[in-house]
Amino acid sequence: MTVIWHAAKANRRSVIKGLIAGGSTLAATASLPRYIQAQTSEPIRLGFQLHRTGIGAAYGRWYERTATAALQVLNDSGGINGRPVEILFEDDGTDPKRGAEVVEKLAVQQNCDVVFGTLFSHVVMGSAPRAGELKVPYLVCSEGHHVASGALDRWTLQPGITDVKSQVQSMAPWVTQNLGRKVTMVFPDYAFGHDHRDYFTAAVTAQGGEVIEHVAIPPTETSFTRYLPRIPNDTEVLYHVMVGPAVLTFVKELGEFYGSGSRPEIFGFIDSLEAVDITAPGLEFLDGTHFWEGHPRFLQQDASDYETYYRAAVGVDENGASAADPRDVTTYAHMFSVWETLFSIRDAMEAANYRTPADRPAFVEAMESVTEIPASIEHPQGAKLFNGKTHQVFGIQNISVVADGRMNVVHTTSIDDGLYEDEVDYTTLPF
Amino acid sequence: MTGVLNRSAILHIGVVILLFALQFVLPPYHHTNMARIMTLAVFAMGYNVAFGYTGLLSLGHALFFASGLYAAGLLIQMGGWSALPAFSMALIAGGGLALLVGVLALRTTGVAFMIVTLMFAQAGYLTVLYLGEWTRGDEGLVLPAASRTIGSLDLTNDTTRYFCALALFSIALLGCYLLARSSTGRVLIAMRENEERSRMLGYDPLRYRLTALVISAVMSAAAGAAYGVLFGYVGATFASIQYSIFPLLWVLLGGAGTVLGPFLGVLLMTYLVDLAGDVTSAHLLVVGIALVLTVLFAPRGLLGTVRARWLPWLP
Amino acid sequence: MDFGPFLLLASLEGLVMAAVLALTAVGLSLVFGVMRVVNVAHGEFFMLGAISAWFVVDLVPGPAALGFAAALIISPLLVGAIAAIADMTILKRLHYEPEATIVATIGLLYIFQQLALTFYGADARPVEAPFSLRIQFPWFGYSGYKLAVIAASVVVLVGVWAFLTKTRAGLVMRATQLDRETAQAFGINVDRVFAGVFALGAALAATAAVLVVPIQQAHYLMGGDPLLLSFIVVIIGGLGSLRGTVVAALLIGLSDGIISVFFSPTLAKIIATLLVAMVLVFRPQGLFGRRPA
Repeated sequence: MTVIWHAAKANRRSVIKGLIAGGSTLAATASLPRYIQAQTSEPIRLGFQLHRTGIGAAYGRWYERTATAALQVLNDSGGINGRPVEILFEDDGTDPKRGAEVVEKLAVQQNCDVVFGTLFSHVVMGSAPRAGELKVPYLVCSEGHHVASGALDRWTLQPGITDVKSQVQSMAPWVTQNLGRKVTMVFPDYAFGHDHRDYFTAAVTAQGGEVIEHVAIPPTETSFTRYLPRIPNDTEVLYHVMVGPAVLTFVKELGEFYGSGSRPEIFGFIDSLEAVDITAPGLEFLDGTHFWEGHPRFLQQDASDYETYYRAAVGVDENGASAADPRDVTTYAHMFSVWETLFSIRDAMEAANYRTPADRPAFVEAMESVTEIPASIEHPQGAKLFNGKTHQVFGIQNISVVADGRMNVVHTTSIDDGLYEDEVDYTTLPF
Repeated sequence: MTGVLNRSAILHIGVVILLFALQFVLPPYHHTNMARIMTLAVFAMGYNVAFGYTGLLSLGHALFFASGLYAAGLLIQMGGWSALPAFSMALIAGGGLALLVGVLALRTTGVAFMIVTLMFAQAGYLTVLYLGEWTRGDEGLVLPAASRTIGSLDLTNDTTRYFCALALFSIALLGCYLLARSSTGRVLIAMRENEERSRMLGYDPLRYRLTALVISAVMSAAAGAAYGVLFGYVGATFASIQYSIFPLLWVLLGGAGTVLGPFLGVLLMTYLVDLAGDVTSAHLLVVGIALVLTVLFAPRGLLGTVRARWLPWLP
Repeated sequence: MDFGPFLLLASLEGLVMAAVLALTAVGLSLVFGVMRVVNVAHGEFFMLGAISAWFVVDLVPGPAALGFAAALIISPLLVGAIAAIADMTILKRLHYEPEATIVATIGLLYIFQQLALTFYGADARPVEAPFSLRIQFPWFGYSGYKLAVIAASVVVLVGVWAFLTKTRAGLVMRATQLDRETAQAFGINVDRVFAGVFALGAALAATAAVLVVPIQQAHYLMGGDPLLLSFIVVIIGGLGSLRGTVVAALLIGLSDGIISVFFSPTLAKIIATLLVAMVLVFRPQGLFGRRPA
């Protein structure tokens, strides 16, 4: 039985390779035998905790599209363990209370095998306890440090996106060596911003640089100019990261503030401009500034075949906007995590020979035993290293410069740049 | 008179018995939902004491809910306290804060009171964010499962949780029922209806209002602490303006100044959101329309309208 | 940056905030003052104003200024019409009972938010300013458009004041505010007055939103802040006092800006919030309100 199962798998993999090579359409797979040798043809049900409304809605829309596209590819290549796969989307309103309810609804009422897809940290934190109590694998796509910090339990994993601690740590050497050593940081005055503050400050100090000022912006703020004078004049690098609907205001006001006068080098996290067109009026001053990008929004010259394939499958043009509407800009630096998480779920389910919810612990163990994840069509953002003890994945990061309305990658970090000492060993915890 | 008392007493005891029995038949998802609804209903009932019975339109009750949530959460997380003493401290925290806020805010009435409480709550919300080193701001804290116990009772267990929520709910319901029928309760209602007159009858409005606000806040804090301990999460969202508007909405929907109305309001609102999501992705529209329709046909809230039309004895 | 320029910048920012806030709050003050209803959906009228401005600017060809001018006329009219319909179909049937109105306007809030999310989307979208003048001070640059917002807001406020004091419609509104029954006895159609006031209040919020949308982007959740701040301004200023509303807007805008010079930003917000609360605690009728008899 197992032999045949492996054969089915190999068969499917070659189909995917064929797709890339020949550039043929996904429909080609329809003629191939599907769902070979399934123990049951009952679909695998994956619950997706979606920020359809609330503050995370701009991200949620793209997370949903990415998940839908990935699902299509997954099913066309034979599903999981020969079974078809369904994704059930449920809106959490980007709210932690509703988040916990949604996890339960998906897991208990809709009989989903696992729940995944959550982005906002507070929803992750609000939902994770319930996932743990229900003993449902909960795979988040959040980039928060909450998983690797040890605050959660055996059931929450982050296999699709690098956490913020690793991201900022891998940025620091390049920033201090290329942009300047005296850094001022502007960030929102809450947990996500504090993670940037703490880890980047430490990383800059380790590089021999210095963070000379922290400007923490109250999260209730919608206008920012009045805080900008806090940036000291001898700042060499201004580091900014903002999230939420007011991000564009922030970047525009930064531009107005510096105007034609001299300004420091500017380095930002693309979170400050996710889902925002960088050619929007008022953003001209961004020319020559740098951004962290988890995944380059603009198609790069040396893009891999995986990247081109992923982009086409999700329906994104080479400028990182919807292929159907060039003004509909993606959350490109984050949404790949949904795609990659889905395929990580598949691999772990297949490794655990997942059949029923009783196999959930085996699924988690299979996920924990993952180490190297090569770049592939399933992992288009690049190769990754999964740490089973901390439940956190580590990948490459990109630094891009804005030029002529595009962002061009000027530096790609190595996975090693982002590694840090383990803060927890979840594998020692009981299920 | 005795007949009336019996009727309403039977109704309220019946609700408690029904909720007790319900846990044996409810499917798992609704089982947890009901535990959550009962916990939040305590918050709503607390709000009702201030708003429904005493006429204090507060837009700052998130402050009291969050004070209980954070007092309990931080004592458990930082101080290593166990759940029950942390819960008790949370009541003191909520009551103490209400005393402080009340002494200042009760100098105002009507909409000015609404705005002052709103601003105190906003200051409280910002304080939670400001103290991010301990509170982890918006992201919040997950209380370790091991700390969520009372003696040998494991609060992460669904049945235990349901019982704890039911116990808290029953105490609050009984308390409200007795309060509504007590002489103090009648004075509170008299304050709401005609302050001048009750003042002339020798009641000190400030003292009664302060009492009502403190009772209301202690209940809200109890709900907050219970929410943290029972569901394991403490976060700044619960201190935000949203959680000041929710109890107002729950109470108005269920019927202000009725003992069971707040529970009904939470129940209705929770399932409105839940079921609307099954029907359409534009579920806020459904919720909005349902609210408008409800209020068009039951302008005093569900139980308020029922009481006005059919059951005048309802407390 | 040195202290002086820092303070100058904070004051300028405070003035812009006060200007937008004053417009939004005057709208709320009218509704609150005349109709005595707590309109929780007032912030959503602001949001609808911003979003409709985006659509108008998007549809009108030609220079940015033309589209913006069109939005400045069309958005308030559109939002005012929506408000009038909401008033006639819902609020009127509730007899403006305060509690029922709160629930109904919360319902409207959800409805408007969902419609905006469905038809406009979740993104924050910018509207190009009608002109792009940048004033470069020796210490920092500042948007000329922001200064224009202050001026425009003053013009609109003077217009509202003239309307209320010099026209018959304004007189009718004020009469209804002072004494509804007597106004009715003198043959004033209170229903029409209410619909008009509700529409005017919403239109003022929409006007503020159109002015602000080149500074802040249109977003479907943008209504929350203006709602809270307007309520605060209206009550601090004293119910029904146009002058009080404007002064309170200035007080809140400037205090927020200037306190932020001295403390760390979030702490400054906490202090400013508590200070404003204290104004009410010790002057419950607001700055310019009359003590109730």
